[in-house]
Amino acid sequence: MRPSDDAIHSVPGTSIPRRAMGTAPSERMSGIGTRDRTKEAFEELARNELPGLYSLARRLVRDGAEDLVQEALLQGYRGFGTLKMDAAAGRWLKTILVNVFRDQLRKRARSVEEVAAGDLDDFSLYRTLIDEDPFPYSDSLHTDFLGTFGREDLREVLLRLPDIYRAPLVLRYMDGFSTKEIARQLEAPLGTILARLHRGRNLFERTMWAYAQESGLTPRGDHDG
Amino acid sequence: MGEMTTAIPCSDAVRKLWDYLDHAIAPEDQEKVEHHLSFCRRCCGELEFAKEIRRFLASGSSEEIPIEVKARLERFVEEL
Repeated sequence: MRPSDDAIHSVPGTSIPRRAMGTAPSERMSGIGTRDRTKEAFEELARNELPGLYSLARRLVRDGAEDLVQEALLQGYRGFGTLKMDAAAGRWLKTILVNVFRDQLRKRARSVEEVAAGDLDDFSLYRTLIDEDPFPYSDSLHTDFLGTFGREDLREVLLRLPDIYRAPLVLRYMDGFSTKEIARQLEAPLGTILARLHRGRNLFERTMWAYAQESGLTPRGDHDG
Repeated sequence: MGEMTTAIPCSDAVRKLWDYLDHAIAPEDQEKVEHHLSFCRRCCGELEFAKEIRRFLASGSSEEIPIEVKARLERFVEEL
């Protein structure tokens, strides 16, 4: 059991999560130097977490990843005094980043278009690869197909998914958050997150296939006859 | 009343595979999926491919941060 799962909660009325119990050392200390010590600790935490935060931001947004990280760092610093330092700090910062992302989505007021499950469920990338056989001389067709995707190809496929499907997929399967955590981060009912994960997976496979064809990762039609 | 059958078609089994791997399905559904996998070679292939896609996704979670971006963000933190 991860100790972090149930220990972090959102502060009501804000998007800054904090530990529900306990008083941070910085709150118990007073006098000159307290701010410096808190600042030093936050700087160290931020330095360690920058690669992970930036990577997550790049998978959540096409443009503005750096701005997203900056806003998360700003909010994180403001709430840092209430965080009891432990191994969960990295996930705490990532959660703040997801909260910022969620708030940005709401500000953009994009209409949320759910894809009907029936439109997606019939697609199977596994079967499509067998039927289309893009690598006729391969003994490991499916592995070879995935092997054609570089890191940027994967990012492009993810970014082609609607936000509401991409975010749960990224958070669950790339950053290891539980579905309950994702529901809290995105402020959506658990059932909604589960449904979006299901549709997101289907959409992801479908988009991988379309992207591979249009970008030349798989040869098109030159193995016929 | 006959016994409840555990047989499900391939479409149902495939639809449940990721949830099965996530341990996010009801015990009775898990039993149905496992029963189906015990005889359906094609769905076993689907299962293995689902595992590969999950590994593929997980492998994309780490990314080098460009030096100049890292430097800018570190300066930002120092200025807080």
